[in-house]
Amino acid sequence: MHLTEPFGDRALTQPLVERMMSLAERLSPRQVRLMEVCGSHTMSFFRTGVRSLLPDNVTLLSGPGCPVCVTPNRELDQMIALASLPNVTVATFGDMLRVPGSRSSLVQARTSGADVRVVYSPMDALTFAEADPSREVVFLGVGFETTAPTVAATVLEAARRDLRNFSVLVAHKLVPPALRALLTSGEVRIDAFILPGHVSTIIGAQPYAFLESEFGIPSVIAGFLPTDLLEGVVGCLELVAYDQAEVRNRYARFVRERGNVAAKSVLEETFEPCDAEWRGFGVIPESGLRLRPHLRRFDALERFTLDLPEPREVHGCLCGEVLKGMVSPDECKLFGTACSPENPIGPCMVSSEGACAAHYKYGAHRAVKV
Amino acid sequence: MCLAVPGKVLEKDGMDVTVDFGGTRRRARADLTPDIVVGEYALVHAGFVIQKLDAAEAERTLEYLREMGEHAPD
Repeated sequence: MHLTEPFGDRALTQPLVERMMSLAERLSPRQVRLMEVCGSHTMSFFRTGVRSLLPDNVTLLSGPGCPVCVTPNRELDQMIALASLPNVTVATFGDMLRVPGSRSSLVQARTSGADVRVVYSPMDALTFAEADPSREVVFLGVGFETTAPTVAATVLEAARRDLRNFSVLVAHKLVPPALRALLTSGEVRIDAFILPGHVSTIIGAQPYAFLESEFGIPSVIAGFLPTDLLEGVVGCLELVAYDQAEVRNRYARFVRERGNVAAKSVLEETFEPCDAEWRGFGVIPESGLRLRPHLRRFDALERFTLDLPEPREVHGCLCGEVLKGMVSPDECKLFGTACSPENPIGPCMVSSEGACAAHYKYGAHRAVKV
Repeated sequence: MCLAVPGKVLEKDGMDVTVDFGGTRRRARADLTPDIVVGEYALVHAGFVIQKLDAAEAERTLEYLREMGEHAPD
């Protein structure tokens, strides 16, 4: 593992910390606002301690980078309704379980007798479907470009095996359109983006080119180990200091310029882009995926008729604003009082990589002034 | 949600691979990286290899980081 482990070495982080400090000093008194777009980055910045090393004039905002958090109540309600249907087994990644929809959650549905199973891989759902042909198995397809190809490959495998009792609720979201929506709204000032490492392993660097060409904003693709996180910050500060708006790839050991071509072709074969609703943003054009017509038989919403009331939002929950980097979690009146990881009200507190959960767990080291 | 962990490919049988994560072995699918071979490092997410490690790039990054340390002002 000599090529995968040293990226956490202190001997390698120290020079990066020094470089970060000298760049920040050079930029002072300017306040530099960086946004990390990925929930795994949010957590990693806290967990590794890198966040606590940030200079005073560098602010790190969390963006719309946690799939669980950006899933709107309408989709959550559909998931819970599907789980509550007779003869249906719902297979899901674990972080969806406790997310409250308008009126319930998957875990509450399970308590009421629904068959909700947590899986590690979408392929596990195929195993359930094959094991019991008398039951319908629905997989909850949540996640960004990192996860969508794994679900796409699973659907193609289901087609090869001609499975009749397997379907997917497709709630996948795409990162670049959300960044565009964020910048177009003009609600938040962002000097540079730290771009999601694992989304980028799939899509590559090219889809972010508009950040530079249309908005003049620099960005750095970064990984998740201490040196990676520091390289992300240092790269952003260098680009800001030299007034360059390029997309830099500092996770080249896993991210190729064109991404993962095989994964992109699996995605392309399975899904087509469609408009999608995001918590906090509303509908963002071409930011979601739907099954292509020849695979539509695997679409759970085509297979089951759901008659659902209009979704309801929790009064006072600021998750939507948190996801846009407009407010810091501790600016929400519910934060740490009515809403905590033990009793979460909003999705950003439920998901372990939600900004609210991360801030709660590690304590907000520096209040973000927005 | 986008968590992915690197491990070494020990076996490959069609689209099924066995990956070693520092002593823990897990099965994964290679549909998204069909050309991966035994001995390479795989980045695994949700039961699938989503990318393989570019060893030359990893070496390059480590070398750059080490050099940075050597040339850092005291």
